[in-house]
Amino acid sequence: MIRIANGQGFWGDWLEAPVRLVEQGPIDFLVLDYLAEVTMSILQKQKQEDPNLGYARDFPPLIGRLAGKLKERGIKVVANAGGVNPVACAQAVLKAAPGLKVAVVLGDDVFDRLDEFLGKGYEMRDMETNEPITGIRDRILSANAYIGAFPLAEALDTGADVVIAGRSTDTALTLAPMVHKYKWKPDDWDKLAAGTIAGHIIECGAQCSGGNCQSAGGGFGISDWQDIPAMADVGYPIIEAEPDGSFTVTKHAGTGGRVHSDTVKEQLLYELGDPKRYLTPDCTADFTSIHIEDVGPDRVRLSGIRGGPKPPTLKLSISYTDGWKAIGTLVYSWPQALQKAVAADRIVRMRLDHLGLTFDDIYTEFFGVNACHGSAAPPNPDPPEVQLRIGVRGQDRKAVDRFTRELIPLVLNGPPGATGFGEGKPPVREIVAYWSTLVPRDEIKTRVEVIS
Amino acid sequence: MKVPLSKIAHTRSGDKGDTCNIGVIAYLPERYPILLREVTPERVKEYFEDLVCGEVERFELPNLGAINLLLHGALGGGGTVSLRVDAQGKTFGAALLGMEIEID
Repeated sequence: MIRIANGQGFWGDWLEAPVRLVEQGPIDFLVLDYLAEVTMSILQKQKQEDPNLGYARDFPPLIGRLAGKLKERGIKVVANAGGVNPVACAQAVLKAAPGLKVAVVLGDDVFDRLDEFLGKGYEMRDMETNEPITGIRDRILSANAYIGAFPLAEALDTGADVVIAGRSTDTALTLAPMVHKYKWKPDDWDKLAAGTIAGHIIECGAQCSGGNCQSAGGGFGISDWQDIPAMADVGYPIIEAEPDGSFTVTKHAGTGGRVHSDTVKEQLLYELGDPKRYLTPDCTADFTSIHIEDVGPDRVRLSGIRGGPKPPTLKLSISYTDGWKAIGTLVYSWPQALQKAVAADRIVRMRLDHLGLTFDDIYTEFFGVNACHGSAAPPNPDPPEVQLRIGVRGQDRKAVDRFTRELIPLVLNGPPGATGFGEGKPPVREIVAYWSTLVPRDEIKTRVEVIS
Repeated sequence: MKVPLSKIAHTRSGDKGDTCNIGVIAYLPERYPILLREVTPERVKEYFEDLVCGEVERFELPNLGAINLLLHGALGGGGTVSLRVDAQGKTFGAALLGMEIEID
């Protein structure tokens, strides 16, 4: 059995989590997921400004902090911290932790190959809208192929203490140590599917061990989230993986949170599409084959998982600029807080109209009334206060800039009782949008390099 | 008898682009058929009528006593494009708990 722990569900997750995983009990592999869909574009911009940047900057100091214990206990780290510059990331890690062996996985970055792909006749239409990529070609900031577990396992095979990838899938980080340790073959579909599902369960950190969980598993008919203990000390998840593909989800003894079949089921369903066809670069996993059972306190066992062949294509994650947006707020107080906020919204829209400004979208929400749930929210006819939140987006930055000047004047020239303007006019932000598409998998050649 | 969905199920929601997914899990396996009967794509679309522009799809996971709902065009463009506070659909699952269903 090997123990694989996830200490980071996204870049910005709890800084203490990976340290606690190493210090509070036994693990063999520490995996850290840093990349969300838009993270790559942020990193690309940083690299354009400084060729030595473009990776998750939290990562090298973390490894520096942990280096002694990693070495002493033989814990290996697998992370997609490399972003668009895995080699620079590796060099920074070596600077922070000179005694460690560091390997990188390269080949996911296809930013410079898009015209080559277009020349080969790949239209690279967006998987959601089916639009051809030519419409956004000149606005692309980054383009990376999602890569699977095998290149990461190959990097572990070099004996590296730390493996750094760019745009690997989140699930590959967890599957790779199993492929490495158990020598699973590229067509061991059931085992690869099991390791992929293990990765899906822990890729969001504490979201399977008590965080964001409605059920503590205490019974039925009630959301007993308040019974999940000691969330200030929540334990991040650990997979105890067996050579046959079965595994147990758990956490270190004495930590807070809860691992129960209810909390694990919530995470299994998280960001899921067709449960029979969960596609990754490594296999197709079937979530309807999972057998799940509670086998002890904070121990959930999964077995019986089936998988099928990997798809003939790989997904590209592409980011591009798509105009500007700004979102502003004002607070209105009782009495008639909602009526005042509705009137203020109408005034703003009329003034924008009189200025001749047009936008791709204007959207208004009333916090305290319907912002999260729309018309599904329970009625609240006379709330003590309401926050008006108006957002605009468009391709013309000047129009968006002008909008940001239209909210604060309402304090003096609109409905009575407005406050909450202390932060001044809202900032204008460039929109970096996300485009996903497919290319034949043979186009993507990965390689492993040990950095010294 | 009419009760809110929260009496028999818990939920989690998230995003994939402009699509919101809601996992709905029966607390007890014997209540799973009630989910299938009551939480239909048509009813979910109607429940979120002002938020969901596209279709609602449903997938079944009898092994988990759960269904997975995909609400297309539900997030105002999704991700960084959306102007909504809940651009990632994090609260849709909680909202669905208030839907009235008929139990035996």
